[in-house]
Amino acid sequence: MLGRLDWSAIPLDQPIPLIAAGIVLLTALALLGLFTVKGWWPYLWNEWITSVDHKRIGVMYVMLAFVMLMRGFVDAIMMRTQLAMAANGAQGYLPPEHYNQIFSAHGTIMIFFVAMTFMVGLMNFAVPLQLGVRDVAFPVLNSVSFWLTAGGVLLINLSLVIGEFAKTGWLVYPPLSELTYSPGVGVDYYLWALQISGLGTLLSGINLTATILKLRAPGMGYMRMPIFCWTALASNLLIIAAFPILTATFAMLLLDRYLGFHFFTNDLGGNAMMYVNLIWAWGHPEVYILILPAFGVFSEVIATFSRKSLFGYRSMVAATMAICVLSFLVWLHHFFTMGAGADVNAFFGIMTMIIAIPTGVKIFNWLFTLYGGRIHFGLPLYWALGFMVTFVIGGMSGVLLAIPPVDFNLHNSLFLVAHFHNVIIGGVLFGAFSGYNYWFPKAFGFKLNEPLGKAAFWCWFVGFYLAFMPLYLLGLMGATRRMQHYDDPTWQPLMIIALGGAVLILLGIVFTILQLVVSIRNRDQNLDETGDPWNGRTLEWSTVSPPPAWNYAVLPKVTSLDAFWKTKQDGDSHDRSEPVEAIEVPQNTMLGITLSFFAVIMGFAMIWHIWWMAIFGGLGLVVACLIYAWRTSTETEISAHDLTASGVLRA
Amino acid sequence: MSDASATGHETKIPLSERGPASKEMVVRFGFWLFLLSDIVVFAGLFAAYAVLSKSTAGGPTGPELFSRTHTFIETTSLLLSSFTCGLMTVGVEIRQRMLIYLSALGTFVLGIGFLGLELSEFIDLVARGAGPTHSAFLSAFFALVATHGLHVTAGLLWLIVMMVQVATLGLRDMVVRRLFCFSLFWHALDIVWVGVFTIVYLGAS
Repeated sequence: MLGRLDWSAIPLDQPIPLIAAGIVLLTALALLGLFTVKGWWPYLWNEWITSVDHKRIGVMYVMLAFVMLMRGFVDAIMMRTQLAMAANGAQGYLPPEHYNQIFSAHGTIMIFFVAMTFMVGLMNFAVPLQLGVRDVAFPVLNSVSFWLTAGGVLLINLSLVIGEFAKTGWLVYPPLSELTYSPGVGVDYYLWALQISGLGTLLSGINLTATILKLRAPGMGYMRMPIFCWTALASNLLIIAAFPILTATFAMLLLDRYLGFHFFTNDLGGNAMMYVNLIWAWGHPEVYILILPAFGVFSEVIATFSRKSLFGYRSMVAATMAICVLSFLVWLHHFFTMGAGADVNAFFGIMTMIIAIPTGVKIFNWLFTLYGGRIHFGLPLYWALGFMVTFVIGGMSGVLLAIPPVDFNLHNSLFLVAHFHNVIIGGVLFGAFSGYNYWFPKAFGFKLNEPLGKAAFWCWFVGFYLAFMPLYLLGLMGATRRMQHYDDPTWQPLMIIALGGAVLILLGIVFTILQLVVSIRNRDQNLDETGDPWNGRTLEWSTVSPPPAWNYAVLPKVTSLDAFWKTKQDGDSHDRSEPVEAIEVPQNTMLGITLSFFAVIMGFAMIWHIWWMAIFGGLGLVVACLIYAWRTSTETEISAHDLTASGVLRA
Repeated sequence: MSDASATGHETKIPLSERGPASKEMVVRFGFWLFLLSDIVVFAGLFAAYAVLSKSTAGGPTGPELFSRTHTFIETTSLLLSSFTCGLMTVGVEIRQRMLIYLSALGTFVLGIGFLGLELSEFIDLVARGAGPTHSAFLSAFFALVATHGLHVTAGLLWLIVMMVQVATLGLRDMVVRRLFCFSLFWHALDIVWVGVFTIVYLGAS
């Protein structure tokens, strides 16, 4: 009846996951209770859960990313504590089986549900506003994408309470992840959670690409698009080209595990290295899917806070698109040790070094933008400057690793761990925080608290260096990744310093939360009634904050790059002669959350081999789609009179 | 979105600066993007097949298993169904319901025929001890061909739904858009099948 599911799935013998799960459950129940007592459900349901407004969906993505950042960080600090203790024969406090789940969950969560989710959220929020249009190409699909991502998150978190998570590392390499060596449900949780959320990501990539290529305000030719839209375009093109590879690869592993196929098994001709090739054919583009939007954020922030147009806009566009293409030609550098031979390794080593060139172009463009600018040291710029210093170091350690003989020595060492945290924290996460501080006043109409924001920045910045610079040294000393304890006592001092860094980052997270809470409480002091708190250059600053559901009552006419800056320079900020016409806005729909509900049921049932329930979930998905397919009125008209009366007729 | 201003007297404005495209354009373009992503899924499966096609683990090989005549009939029925699907699109263009229903019926029958032949091939292979669990080559073969088959199945179900929509909702814009998307999907499956036929069946000799 319940497949493999029984009471032994609840880890009653392991106090740590049980306590963690208890805290999560209690928090969730407390929140649900609070919403019920306060009577917030209708508001939440109508304004957020069923909303198809790209701004609301973007905000929900970012909130989800923040929540998962906490979860991923708890994993991180547990690992750092373990390694600070487990030296010289000591075993620390985490048994190997639990430790293995923790590093697998940490990587999975941080990449898929923090970095990815945050970036998709920022793109969702900002891109249609920057393009001067009213929504994304497919608003309902956008809601579906978000809720599928949320469904994946739910499944990953369920693994904490019911069953276990993968013990195989964040990319579940076979043959370890095959049924023979991982008979539990951990790998299945991983696969189904990522298949569901991956579908959401793919649909979101299609949606944003169609939006950027087909929906732009009149006059906005390609070379007048804000640079963030260009980087979002490159990122979403990569999603369309790369995520299907992930889906196909995971499908093959699922067939191996569920139906006894032999794609990656040790026996009957299976080829585990094919998995590694396929997964990195997705995985390397994925790195650029994450970093390119962050580059876009920094470009916007640096130009805005230097009061200058971006230096070398065209070269920035060219560099972005060059990275977009080159990102598909470097995947093999993740496994030079495979033994592909000197020629193949040399090709991928050289390609990897070549991809550093357009990245270098970007760094110089940002430097020249700052040069001679009238710099205003706002919060978003702090993160951008911290990024430039940090990312260059991370990029250079990457070029070191691109040399195959060097990589033979450093492969799977903590040097590698230091390298990718260097670029992902220093690049993607700093970009996420920069964008969060930059667009927050647009989303909510008030600025975030500066002193607390700066405290958060310095904790993250210094904490990052303390936590990861020692790992470069440890890697050179021979410390490998994913080890639960070690014998060499000389490593311990560096491990303790790294823990200190993690604690500092914890403080950074505390300050980030405090910043949000204090900013909301004191919002009257930070109110921004202009809609343009940073003296911005792009169209999103031309409308009010927060923008109405339809963004612009009359679509702006674009005549140059930095369209809003041009309007401000020309003196007349708004052309009010334009006649207001009635517009149509898409209606709310519960399709997204419904599909996610059935997808989670189906995923959970597949994980536990509860076949009847999986069929139920699958049928639910089909029926929900069919019901939606017969909905004939999907838009509400807002009359010209109502638009004029709403008082938000700017731009 | 009625902001498309691609009218004759405005042709001096470059295409990229004419403002948001019409809903028709956006939907078709988005569906093209979806099809491209779907083709990447197949690319992954083709790659796996290319790598594993010689990994027969001592079991049967392609030339021993595949029947040219069988696949030739399969291919013919699928290509013919693309023709009838094209007729359906003509029917939509000229708003001729009878033509739509008849050509949809033709497409459906040919599609079912294709699926029946594929299924009979699978059953035959399993009966001869060449099921997907017997070697990496057979795993890759079954996964690739069956994924295409599942797409055809999904397409046939979609076709049924669309005919019920034509009957109940009439040829309103929404339904017409979906019918065009369906025909794109159906033709794309044909293209994938040409790849399967060439690489898997012709390549096996």
